[in-house]
Amino acid sequence: MVGKNCFAIASDRRLGVQLQTIATDFQRVFKIHDKLYIGLSGLATDAQTLYQRLVFRHKLYQLREERDMKPETFASLVSAMLYERRFGPYFCQPVIAGLGENDEPFICTMDCIGAKELAKDFVVSGTSSESLYGACESMYKPNMEPEELFETVSQALMASVDRDCLAGWGGHVFIVTPTEVQERVVKGRMD
Amino acid sequence: MECVMGVVGRDFAVVAADTSAVQSILVHKTDEDKVMVLDSHKLMGASGEPGDRVQFTEYIQKNLHLYQFRNTIPLSTAATANFTRGELATALRKNPYMVNVILGGYDKDAGASLYYIDYISTLHKIDKGAFGYGSYFCLSLMDKLYHPDMTVEEAVDLIDKCIKEIRLRLVVAPQNFVIKIVDKNGAREYARRDLVGDNASVDAATTVTA
Repeated sequence: MVGKNCFAIASDRRLGVQLQTIATDFQRVFKIHDKLYIGLSGLATDAQTLYQRLVFRHKLYQLREERDMKPETFASLVSAMLYERRFGPYFCQPVIAGLGENDEPFICTMDCIGAKELAKDFVVSGTSSESLYGACESMYKPNMEPEELFETVSQALMASVDRDCLAGWGGHVFIVTPTEVQERVVKGRMD
Repeated sequence: MECVMGVVGRDFAVVAADTSAVQSILVHKTDEDKVMVLDSHKLMGASGEPGDRVQFTEYIQKNLHLYQFRNTIPLSTAATANFTRGELATALRKNPYMVNVILGGYDKDAGASLYYIDYISTLHKIDKGAFGYGSYFCLSLMDKLYHPDMTVEEAVDLIDKCIKEIRLRLVVAPQNFVIKIVDKNGAREYARRDLVGDNASVDAATTVTA
């Protein structure tokens, strides 16, 4: 979700195999560089493999270009990598959020074969995506300060995953501003 | 029907597995060791397709030894877990190994650690975990009874409770189990819990103090 010169990216913490919960501290939002984060929902193994490949590509880019990737460029990279596997895809739906030129917030999401969808306000993915769309749409306001953004994102996340049996067990929220990153674990219904 | 489970305690990790080798309705043997000692301070409990299980765990073990020969120092538990995951992930979309792994190890700097690696190479560091039909009974028992920094007796007691529950409630339950432990002194077999077979005895059936 986009705020005023900042963005928030959040995920739930459940690792499960259909009806069985394996762990309640699984990390789904990863840092690419200080101002770029990617959240990967879907199959956990593909999320881990994709993250490792993306970090590899970004590190190579850093060595060649001697700078970090812009969020728009990174989103195109992810899209291309996913479409490479068009007929044997990674079962992941990424959410990408970053601060671009002049610390302008950038967010986008894609499906598992790399169809990019940019937005100005918020993007969602995962099993609770329909609930998330509803919750974010009603709670979102433009130009929220980081503190208010954190509250909004946490409430929207908790409300949505509470209606989804495959998601939940707490929340992990990152608030990224040009100067700092706040990482918080939100306690929710553990069921 | 194969069950593998693991628990982390104070500076040690316990990995337990059943010891039955089953094909359809026939039990080939009741003392099949499914917890492989990878090296001096690592245990890999594996369940799944029998051929893949033996092949994959031996492959990991030999590669660990090779690393140690080449580099004169052993691989850490975290690195082993990531290597195992990498091998499973590479094979996943070509010729997958149908093997689920609980990897337990002890490192001087990191202490005891336990990793959950399933057959589609999902990797997660855990304090307690289990695979197989037994996991449906064990995981909730562990959630209730586990606490951080358990002693060896408490951890083995928890495993015994899980074994008792599996024997009682799983329809085609494995009868015999092996419990192995890894701590600063190394990885070794801790106990067997045999109800049937040559080494069975009434004493070996677990008696649990409530």
